[in-house]
Amino acid sequence: MEPKLADYKTDVHNDWCPGCGDFGIVNALQMALFEMGIERDKATIFSGIGCSGKTSHFINTYGVHTLHGRVLTFAQGGKLANPDMTVVAVGGDGDGLGIGAGHFVAAGRRNIDMTYIIFDNGVYGLTKGQASPTLKLGEQTKSLPSPNTNSNVNPIGLAVASGFTFVARGYSYDVRHLKDLIVKAVKHKGLSFLDVLQPCPTYNDLNTRDWYSGADLAEESMERHSRIYKLEDTNFDPTVNYAGEVEVNEKLSQALIKSLEWGDKIPTGVFYQNELVSPFSTRLTDKIPNYLENPPAKQIISDNGLPNTDISKILDSLDV
Amino acid sequence: MISTDFTWLIGGPQGSGVESGANIFSKVCAEMGYQIFGKREFYSNIKGEHSYFTVRISDEDIHSNVNAVNLMVSFDAETIFRHFDEIVSDGGIIYDSKLEDVTTDRVNTLDSPFKDRLHKFLESKNKPFTIAGVLEVAKENGVKLYPVSFKSLLQTLSEEVDNPRLSGLVRMYNVLGVSLSLGLIKMPSASLVDSIDDIFSKKPKIAEINKQAANFSYNYASNNFENFNHTLTGVKKQSDTILVQGHFGTSLGKMVSGCRFQSYYPITPASDESVYLESNEILEIENDRPGSTIVVQTEDEISAIGMMIGAALTGTRSSTSTSGPGFALMTEALGWAGINEVPVVITLYQRSGPSTGLPTRHGQDDLLFTVFAGCGDFPKIVYASGDIEESFYDTGNCFNYADKYQIPVIHMMDKFLSSSVVTCKKFNPKKISIDRGKLLDKVEGEYKRFAFTDDGISPRSKLGMDNGVFWNTGDESDEYGHITEDPQIRIKMMDKRMSRLDLALESIPADQQAVPFEVHDYTIISWGSTKGPIIDAQAMLKKEGIDIGFIQIKLLHPFPTEYVKSLLKDAKVLIDIEANYSGQLGKIFKQNITREIDYYILKYTGRGMTSTEIYNSLKKIVQNTAAKREVLSHGA
Repeated sequence: MEPKLADYKTDVHNDWCPGCGDFGIVNALQMALFEMGIERDKATIFSGIGCSGKTSHFINTYGVHTLHGRVLTFAQGGKLANPDMTVVAVGGDGDGLGIGAGHFVAAGRRNIDMTYIIFDNGVYGLTKGQASPTLKLGEQTKSLPSPNTNSNVNPIGLAVASGFTFVARGYSYDVRHLKDLIVKAVKHKGLSFLDVLQPCPTYNDLNTRDWYSGADLAEESMERHSRIYKLEDTNFDPTVNYAGEVEVNEKLSQALIKSLEWGDKIPTGVFYQNELVSPFSTRLTDKIPNYLENPPAKQIISDNGLPNTDISKILDSLDV
Repeated sequence: MISTDFTWLIGGPQGSGVESGANIFSKVCAEMGYQIFGKREFYSNIKGEHSYFTVRISDEDIHSNVNAVNLMVSFDAETIFRHFDEIVSDGGIIYDSKLEDVTTDRVNTLDSPFKDRLHKFLESKNKPFTIAGVLEVAKENGVKLYPVSFKSLLQTLSEEVDNPRLSGLVRMYNVLGVSLSLGLIKMPSASLVDSIDDIFSKKPKIAEINKQAANFSYNYASNNFENFNHTLTGVKKQSDTILVQGHFGTSLGKMVSGCRFQSYYPITPASDESVYLESNEILEIENDRPGSTIVVQTEDEISAIGMMIGAALTGTRSSTSTSGPGFALMTEALGWAGINEVPVVITLYQRSGPSTGLPTRHGQDDLLFTVFAGCGDFPKIVYASGDIEESFYDTGNCFNYADKYQIPVIHMMDKFLSSSVVTCKKFNPKKISIDRGKLLDKVEGEYKRFAFTDDGISPRSKLGMDNGVFWNTGDESDEYGHITEDPQIRIKMMDKRMSRLDLALESIPADQQAVPFEVHDYTIISWGSTKGPIIDAQAMLKKEGIDIGFIQIKLLHPFPTEYVKSLLKDAKVLIDIEANYSGQLGKIFKQNITREIDYYILKYTGRGMTSTEIYNSLKKIVQNTAAKREVLSHGA
């Protein structure tokens, strides 16, 4: 039977706040899986902790709701052991760029073929709105006792610098565009990163849906225009086409410069893509030629309850 | 009756080839039929600090080091300053004659607490603070001195083989020392050359000059050194004997048990295992294409355990290997594996804590921490091996426990085991069985990963399997794996998970839970690597007509209370032996068995126990002159 979009949804009650930006992301993710025709038992959604961590329970594929900050570690282990499955890791910006920032950087260096989506809202929602790593210095969302004393992390810039080979940004209220970005990210050969701007209607009273849509700008200019724009509507070319150092450096630099744009104009779309960097599986097959045909999860390790691994050569070399 | 019991010591600055020297020596002796028990001691340092290797050689099975050293070879002053007093009265010291004038102040790696003690001692003997001074003390004790100029040895050799480069190669001093030693004890040198080829197999040129040096110095010792009291000319070889390093048991055990994913972060003394697994990552499989172990060096231990769990969820037998500080970082995720019923094996090579502690030294101080690791109540198995041979088979058992009970297993090893080099019976892979428990091959119909069942264990799907979709969460969950906070489900889920502890106790065979080595009025309880020195001390006392019992407890959690009770019913005096400060097994024992421990023999210097030390303390206990806590301190 042909799968339907509804097959990718569970009947678990979704307890996110009304108006939460997370809904758009989970919808886009379900739509992307459906569109790509990925069977539900061939994909695993790994999630971190916090509101976004519940995502895996709403999607009717394998779902692994892990620990705060550690989602990438579980996801990479799963993908390495069973490279045939589609792996998407999701989590909040506090999860991925605060407690989990070390794993974020290390994952970039490996370039394992999977996708990481950060639900980026500037606050720790589930613990009542503390400042998260993407909140800007001096900003004061409504439950902060005083303005934020830390500078923000630049997720796109950090991803580019860490070695992610696909780096993009989406907006949770543009579900169709976000779906397209997720499809591109999943199809990308290597580690892809999606920073999704996601208004928290309960705790972030600065970067609201109205703010992103430029409602305040409209008051000043009498002309309504969204802060969000798409890089693909400009002449921005994110893709590295040749392995040459000059082009790579140029594409990395322009992505970094673009990532600094914020305020009245906020770019979305693909910032950087480089499929010429070897994915981790290639680095493994270079030394273990049959890794992809016979990965850990597929290996037969016993015969009638007895081991079938033959270590006699090693043992003989230890003979005295 | 042991007719040969000989201990050889080689020392030198770290990076000077002490370890390869000891490996050559051990290999040669093992090839001549002797049983070997070797142990390496070293500082947390790359180059320059003092490291040494003791190799005990016997024609009978031995399981430990002893205090006495029969022959020491040294090409540096520090080794002599630190070990001269360990040489027994008919023993010998081979040393570089140029060292005689070296004063203690010239050796800047001699730390002041040690130097102060040595100076006081030399003052009391009226000797100068020099190598000549300490050697005089040794000589007065009956030790034979064999001075030799390492430099002129090389000089003469280089002229003989017409290779001027040789004369300056101080890196060969280790091979000179080994060969001089072998020549002195008249060990047949047939296998010396082969052993050098083995050690330098990747550098044939270096092997060649080392072989020349070895033969030359072997002959030099035979022809020039005056007679020594010990000659070791070889004994009948025992069949099926291998010479193994400490981490070979768990590494080879993992390969055979079907562990196909290992993640780790570098830490002493655990990383050798992972490096060895990666060096042998492609595996030969009977009647099938090659298999492989994916070994991933992660960014930290948190990532190591996270990746291992992720891999285990795909149905892959997965593992990580670490030491105390790394395990401390893993405890949050350990609880996740517990609540999600994920079978994983953590090999815990303990060292001496707390914190970084004595990072390259031995300790068994993580028992209580391991048993109680993680927040909340969840089931786990804590299992300890007593020697390297055992650790091979135990690794197989640990993976079976993990799969059958769907819980994390912590397999406890330690630095004493990891830096030993021993002869033992060749491992037999067919004695390992593979039992994956309720791991499914296929799913039909509706599937619930955490379904309530009669035995408390649910059939297990794996990520990516047809129709087997499930969810995991670190929150409490329902049968599907979705979050719940329902109080009634909470009770059922907690009961379901925790029931595995009883199930494990009921179904793990008794001989895997604890091993009695006789039970007498005086009986020892212990765990882990103290096994070797304990059974050797037990044998020494038996020869004097003193019977001491010993129960080796392997399953530390859940604690086999009833079985241990039944074993101990005739024991009147209980002695707990452990390499930690507080007698941690004793605490678990008292909690479960509600019986007092009469004596503790403890050691927390970071150096492993010798059978001599245990023998001495046990003797005091039997003679009723021991303190309640006997604290051991042998070893530099």
